[in-house]
Amino acid sequence: MKFPNETPRPPGELEELQRIWKPPRGFALISAVNNTYVGAYYVGTALLFFIFAGILALIMRTQLAVPENDLVGHAVYNQLFTVHGTTMMFLFAVPAVEAMGVLLLPNMIAARDLPFPRLSAYAFWAYFVGGLVFFSSIFFGAAPDGGWFMYPPLTSYKFSPAINADFWLLGIGFIEISAIAGAIEIVVGILRTRAPGMTLGRMPVYAWSMLVFAAMIIFAFPAVIACTLLLELERAFGWPFFIPEQGGDPLLWQHLFWFFGHPEVYIIFLPGAGMVSMIVPTIARRPLVAYELVVVALVATGFLSFGLWVHHMFTTGLPAMSLGFFSAASMAVAIPSGIQVFAWIATLAAGKPRINVPALFIFGFFFIFVAGGLTGVMVAMMPFDWQAHDTYFIVAHLHYVLIGGMVFPLFAALYYWMPMMSVRPLSERLGRWAFWLMFGGVNLAFFPMHLTGMIGMPRRVYTYPAAMDWASLNLLSTIGAFTIACGVAVVVVDVFRNFRIAASEDNAGNVWNAGTLEWLPTGYFQTRSIPIVTSRDPLWTQENLAQDAEAGRYYLPGTVTGLRETLVTSSDLAEPQYILTLPGPGWSPVVGAVFTAAFFLLLTGKFVLAATACGLLAVIAIMIWAWGNDKGPREPADIGGGIKLPVNVTGRNSHAWLATLILNIVLFNIFAAVIFTYLFLWTVNESFLPSASETPDLQWPALSVAMLAGGSALVGIARRALGSALITVPLLLLASALLLAGIVPASYAHWAAGLRPDVNSYGATVFTLFGLAASVAISAVILCLYSIARILAGLLDGSRRLTFEVTAMLCHYAVAQAVLTIVFVTVMPRILGP
Amino acid sequence: MDLTWVMTIGGTIIFIIVMLLVWMAVRGPAALRGIIASRAMIMAGGVAFPVVVLTALLAWGLAIARDIRVSGQEPAVRIEVSGEQWWWRVTYLDGAQRPLFATGNEIHLPAGSVAAFSLVSPDVIHSFWIPSLGGKLDMIPGRTNSLIIRPERPGVYRGQCAEFCGAQHALMSLIAVVETPEDYAAWFENQMQPAREPQTAEQQLGMQLFGENGCGACHAIRGTEWNGMAGPDLTHVGSRKTLGAATFPNNRGTLAGWISSAQHLKPGNKMPSFDRLTGVELRALAAYLEALK
Repeated sequence: MKFPNETPRPPGELEELQRIWKPPRGFALISAVNNTYVGAYYVGTALLFFIFAGILALIMRTQLAVPENDLVGHAVYNQLFTVHGTTMMFLFAVPAVEAMGVLLLPNMIAARDLPFPRLSAYAFWAYFVGGLVFFSSIFFGAAPDGGWFMYPPLTSYKFSPAINADFWLLGIGFIEISAIAGAIEIVVGILRTRAPGMTLGRMPVYAWSMLVFAAMIIFAFPAVIACTLLLELERAFGWPFFIPEQGGDPLLWQHLFWFFGHPEVYIIFLPGAGMVSMIVPTIARRPLVAYELVVVALVATGFLSFGLWVHHMFTTGLPAMSLGFFSAASMAVAIPSGIQVFAWIATLAAGKPRINVPALFIFGFFFIFVAGGLTGVMVAMMPFDWQAHDTYFIVAHLHYVLIGGMVFPLFAALYYWMPMMSVRPLSERLGRWAFWLMFGGVNLAFFPMHLTGMIGMPRRVYTYPAAMDWASLNLLSTIGAFTIACGVAVVVVDVFRNFRIAASEDNAGNVWNAGTLEWLPTGYFQTRSIPIVTSRDPLWTQENLAQDAEAGRYYLPGTVTGLRETLVTSSDLAEPQYILTLPGPGWSPVVGAVFTAAFFLLLTGKFVLAATACGLLAVIAIMIWAWGNDKGPREPADIGGGIKLPVNVTGRNSHAWLATLILNIVLFNIFAAVIFTYLFLWTVNESFLPSASETPDLQWPALSVAMLAGGSALVGIARRALGSALITVPLLLLASALLLAGIVPASYAHWAAGLRPDVNSYGATVFTLFGLAASVAISAVILCLYSIARILAGLLDGSRRLTFEVTAMLCHYAVAQAVLTIVFVTVMPRILGP
Repeated sequence: MDLTWVMTIGGTIIFIIVMLLVWMAVRGPAALRGIIASRAMIMAGGVAFPVVVLTALLAWGLAIARDIRVSGQEPAVRIEVSGEQWWWRVTYLDGAQRPLFATGNEIHLPAGSVAAFSLVSPDVIHSFWIPSLGGKLDMIPGRTNSLIIRPERPGVYRGQCAEFCGAQHALMSLIAVVETPEDYAAWFENQMQPAREPQTAEQQLGMQLFGENGCGACHAIRGTEWNGMAGPDLTHVGSRKTLGAATFPNNRGTLAGWISSAQHLKPGNKMPSFDRLTGVELRALAAYLEALK
């Protein structure tokens, strides 16, 4: 075979690559942005929260071990289960699977790093600081106590006036933003930085699962961001979205929350399933059977999961007809899971399975997950759910599904991938102890809960009467919970004894003889040269691939710009398209993240001035970080095999264009959730809409639309005149002014017509829509000013223009959302109103 | 009930078969492993089998759901139950949905007749659930949910709030007493009456203390001047089986204990602890209330 690059490689090439990718030392390791380091911090922090939330569970189990116990009172207990659920969902499960993605994906697709290393560092540090402060609220009795689902009116100002609920709304709302940042990065990474030849059809199943995962975050998380925003507006300013006396409806929260909340379950499970699809073939020593079916199942689960949210609301009294639809959808989702389970079993049967610790955790996963799936079918049946809902049967079901579907695969993954990043693998002996303790403990803790629920014990009770005969089953569950804790403790000991992060080429290596690219020999820079992939399990089918890649025979064996680089390929066929230069270590993402977290947390405490100061500092840190980006195109460079690629491109083919497009989709989804709010409140409340005579005359909205369209047009003209600062700077200034002022006539006209946000739900919804449009416009204007600064500094011109492209996209989007808002609130009362 | 059994047994069988398949995939004879490894097996186990079973199950489940939610009969009893933090306001209604009398935390139903419930809440979301008599249904502020119950066997059944509703969600229970039609009629007749006059000097003192301590600002006793609406109607409190939302048995001792230390027994509920009353006063108050049969 003829390789793109000849060996031996010129002397100094490897040393140059090592020098460029060398991580900082000592305390400065905090400023590392490389995916190996950020990924390791990320996974470690997620596991820390798993342990923290687990300790809360142990306290709860101790309280419930005997009836009428007074170890903790109701006030502490209600905080315990709220923080346990919230932490497990938002601070452990989602970050843990995202963290594994950050750690594994670049290696698995043979990229040198993720496309936005500083964004992952920022997302991680924001989560780290925000998560720790959120969690510590339990030590001050200030933790939220309304359940992880936060149903109003219990969580509204009237019934929870203290700061506790705000901690949830702002703390978690902000961590969701971090999750979205990670999701954008993962989509762009998977679609644009795969090794040449790794077509979508050859992509590892794990990458498929993470692609679906990230897409689901992009569509599900905006709904919860919207509902936390609405509830916080109601709590802080009295805008009534959930108060029936003022035209709101408590069920609005449940629709928005579960529209996020049910996909959330699959957001957690799909990456777990993806990991299983990677580990099972290695255990069986043969490729996955029915790869295509498994991929179709992953995608189908992603779609179906958005059609089942109402099954959390079977007992709210909704019409039976619509409940029937959601019951059917809930059962349908069992089919893609069934396909995957049978594909994994088939793979095992087709190969020669060996039993090691990852294999044990996979078998444990089969056992627990299948049991949880079957009880899931039971609760999808409405007559059964009317009994089981909100009882310990559900507690049992959800722990079987989540521990089976996510925790066991995660621990399998921990043992399986540890040799990739650690000098030593984890211990087989300790791993077996950990497995049996966890497996036994999970079944001992949660199996009895099926029965406790069937005999009538509701969830979320801090005590129960001795007369109820629930004591012995509860005691068993408590013993089981402590058994799980022992298993987790063994893993912790194992990690402390054996995990030493592999600095460079000294990782334990491909100890399982696996077939995918993350097992290539790696340095700081991942693989030495980026291989050409011709199959799904390249290390099994492409002979000597590891040696050839390490010798530098494949693409980009050194550096062509003297900077960190990775190869950008086309999203479908993975053909090399350009070389992307990547940033190295930096403090600005860390500083920016800390101040962003401080902004949200101080806002929770209503320290408005301090919060504003931190917010400004965060923006400044992010600006400093961004200032070094957009290095501009350079001379095309040779990556080997006679392929000359451009360096850093702009326009539709750039990775930044894709990322901005996804960001716009996220913004649109938040907007859509508020539009849903409008329409939902209109359907439940006959007097929601005002009559046409109470709405503003048409000239004001028309003026707004004209101004906004003008702003958009000016940005378009500026785009064509980028070469000349003399033209673009005034154009951008004028466009900024139009963007900011454009929303004013329409919104002020509503105010002048007597509409107020704190009187009824209609006013609250309309002003929220205007407020959203205004905040997007303000962000676009900040980017305009930033672009102007770069033009004046000589960093933005006709060819070095990526910053401007992103600015222009956001400006056009801001105009589109504002115009849609204005047209919607103007037209709806006229066609639907009284 | 049948549905639960069928699903439990069916689910167990499916679970065992899948686990056996996993075992055979790893340890089984080569011929069997070849079958398990085939695409046909994936399609059969992952697609064909669940489609058939789930479709049948869904059809059955929807049919049951319809029968549970819809009753062809005219209800014999109409009751509005209002879930409030953390007790149940129970109001019996006439055919035109007008209130007849109110009670708290205890529902009486005639066996063999259809009872129609209107479920409401003035504060937060609660969920009305008496496991032995039927499924649960939420009580949502701003909405009225309708539930049909047709109890068959006389007995005392416990119910409990199923939706987390704040501090004392754990201690928000109620009981449903299903009686023969004759017993029910007698109970109903008694509840329609105004409260009994105190018979003894102690009860007389208790009644006086009830007024002096302002109890009537929150509690109503029909036939007296007291018509407070914040707490349960006490017109026939002595006839009820439990106290504190089915948390304690109802007798003179627990009545006195509840009055003196409601905040200790059920922290956070709206009833203050009247801990400055003397033992004599508490006994008198309890005697008066206990006699309100």
